[in-house]
Amino acid sequence: MINIGIGHYLFLAAIIFIIGVVGIFLNRRNVIIILMSIELILLAVNINLVSFSIFTQDLTGQIFTLFILTVAAAEAAIGLAIIVVYYRNKGTIKIEDINSLKG
Amino acid sequence: MEYTIIFLPLIGAIVSGFFGKIIGDRFSEILTSLLVSVSTILSFIIFIDVVTQNYSNNIEIISWITSGDLKVNWSIKIDALSSMMLVVVGIVSSLVHIYSIGYMIHDDSKTRFMSYLSLFTFAMLTLVTSDNFLQLFFGWEGVGLCSYLLIGFWYKKKSANSAAIKAFIVNRVGDFGFALGIFLIFYYFKTLNYSDVFSQVSNFSGMQTSFLGIDLNVITLTCLLLFFGAMGKSAQIFLHTWLPDAMEGPTPVSALIHAATMVTAGVFLVVRCSPMFEHSQFALNFVCIIGMSTALFAATIALVQNDIKRIIAYSTCSQLGYMFFAAGIGAYHVAMFHLFTHAFFKALLFLGSGSVIHSFKKEQDVRQMGGVWRKLPYTWTIMLIGTLALTGFPFLSGYYSKDAIIEFAYLRNSLIGFFAVFIGIFTAVLTSIYSWRLLIKTFHGKYSNNKINIKDIHESPSVMLVPLILLAIGAVFSGFIFRDLFIGHDSGNNFWQDSILFLNPISKDHPPIWLILITPLLVVISIPVSYHLFLKDKKFHYKLVEKYNKNYEFLLNKWYFDEIYNFIFVKNFKKAGLFFWKIGDIKIIDQFGPDGFAKLIKYFSNKAVLFQSGYIYHYALVMLVGFSILLTYLILI
Repeated sequence: MINIGIGHYLFLAAIIFIIGVVGIFLNRRNVIIILMSIELILLAVNINLVSFSIFTQDLTGQIFTLFILTVAAAEAAIGLAIIVVYYRNKGTIKIEDINSLKG
Repeated sequence: MEYTIIFLPLIGAIVSGFFGKIIGDRFSEILTSLLVSVSTILSFIIFIDVVTQNYSNNIEIISWITSGDLKVNWSIKIDALSSMMLVVVGIVSSLVHIYSIGYMIHDDSKTRFMSYLSLFTFAMLTLVTSDNFLQLFFGWEGVGLCSYLLIGFWYKKKSANSAAIKAFIVNRVGDFGFALGIFLIFYYFKTLNYSDVFSQVSNFSGMQTSFLGIDLNVITLTCLLLFFGAMGKSAQIFLHTWLPDAMEGPTPVSALIHAATMVTAGVFLVVRCSPMFEHSQFALNFVCIIGMSTALFAATIALVQNDIKRIIAYSTCSQLGYMFFAAGIGAYHVAMFHLFTHAFFKALLFLGSGSVIHSFKKEQDVRQMGGVWRKLPYTWTIMLIGTLALTGFPFLSGYYSKDAIIEFAYLRNSLIGFFAVFIGIFTAVLTSIYSWRLLIKTFHGKYSNNKINIKDIHESPSVMLVPLILLAIGAVFSGFIFRDLFIGHDSGNNFWQDSILFLNPISKDHPPIWLILITPLLVVISIPVSYHLFLKDKKFHYKLVEKYNKNYEFLLNKWYFDEIYNFIFVKNFKKAGLFFWKIGDIKIIDQFGPDGFAKLIKYFSNKAVLFQSGYIYHYALVMLVGFSILLTYLILI
């Protein structure tokens, strides 16, 4: 049996984080996917916090995680609302078409 | 009362200038004329006070500049000299105001015109009532500005614009000398007030200073520099070129500014500074020589000109020369007397010619006139009176003042004095001939205008004729009435007092009888001569022109002064200006300065704009990369 230590947890978190980051850059289709990727990044952070909290026998990290989850939920709600409004105005949420920030 | 005299014209100028649209043409014309007339009547009262009670006063309006040693007040100084100038300026100005109501009847911007006229009157009054050199300079520039504005009054005419600029620039040359003179006075005397300066003059009479590497007497140098300013303003030879061109302005302007008042400011300056000039024989001789040359030279040009106003302009130039050489031989009071009478008959001639021009619908060429003396009886009479007064026909005003100049030059009993006598008499004859030529060509002979039918020529309205008649009365009687007051044997003590300094008391001898008779005699003889020359025997006249064609051309082209100046100054300055503009300014300063920076910034911002793709993931990537770099940096340190 493999002995699962903190390294594995951190590795998992790192992989999820990278998936999230790459999801932001490589995705050309949908803004919602960006939102999901951001959630992934947040989850990776949460995994880190929880695993450190277990290995250091300190509950603070887990309490922190709960707070982060609440905030993330609120953030997702706001993000989705923005997307809905944007769709109403522009008729699309394709990433390639959203470039009105251009100078 | 003094305040009212000075400020009424200013009020008129402001009201008419800024609220002209609201109050309307007619009201502003009446208002400005009324205010200036009131101011004139008050000046008269002051003048009578000065004459009868030796009234003199120095009112300080405000303390203008106080800086270290420099203390300058804005003040009203009333003495014999300034009260006399007040009267001259007031009379001519108010009559010109009234005359303008008729003359400018077809013009669109009457309120602007009246406002400028009133503003000019204000500036001229501050000039003559100042008690220090700086206020004098303020008035000097003020009248210069109004002259510029009024010459260029018809600003849509290109020639009027360039004449205005020419007048301004030529005056600037003279004013440069004038300003230097004022600096010099302050440098040595530590004050600019007339009374303080003049009381110290004798302390400095032996002092030397170095100017452009030449050792000169301080007083001489100051006087020469001041006179340089006077030359510019009074259109003396070398700086006279602006005056004939200034005739582009409306005729009332020529009468007021370029004949009666502003151009005499130079004479006023020299007379005002008589305590200074008296201490420098060299400066006086210089004034005298310049005056003589101008008198002669301008009279020769006036002989052959064809523009009615230009003839009178050159005549003004020549008469100003008379005034200067009177001042140069030390007869300041005679210079002022001639200024006084000249103001009447020259304003009369100008306004009369304005009336002619008005009748001929803006035609100014005397070759296009003639034969209308029956159609314009009043104008003809008035011009006749003006001509007689100008030529010095016996018992008219010019006779007293001009002959007095010649007599005083004779009594001076010096070489330069005798020379002045000769030039004076010769110029008087020339004056007579060109004046009669003007009158004959304008009113007599054949009617020779093709554009206007002779039946359409009619007399000017009475609003123009009444001021003319008043001036004519002045031109006839002013010499006779004021002779004793201004140039009588005791005038130095009785009237002028402190305002003019005579180092050598005025000579009380009588000049020989032949000298008294010769000028009027020659002047009277020249009437039939010019009648014959210009009307009866035209063939002889043409033959003369043909025979002396070169001389004729020389005179017709005004001694080629404009061409020479064009060649020496204008062209080279234009070249230098073009060089500094095209090469210095555009190619060097602009290219490496503002334009260069603007181009550089534009180039880089065009590049920087490419970073802004507008795609969210690009921004996110950059953010992440930046964040990672920051984090790495913080961890490694």
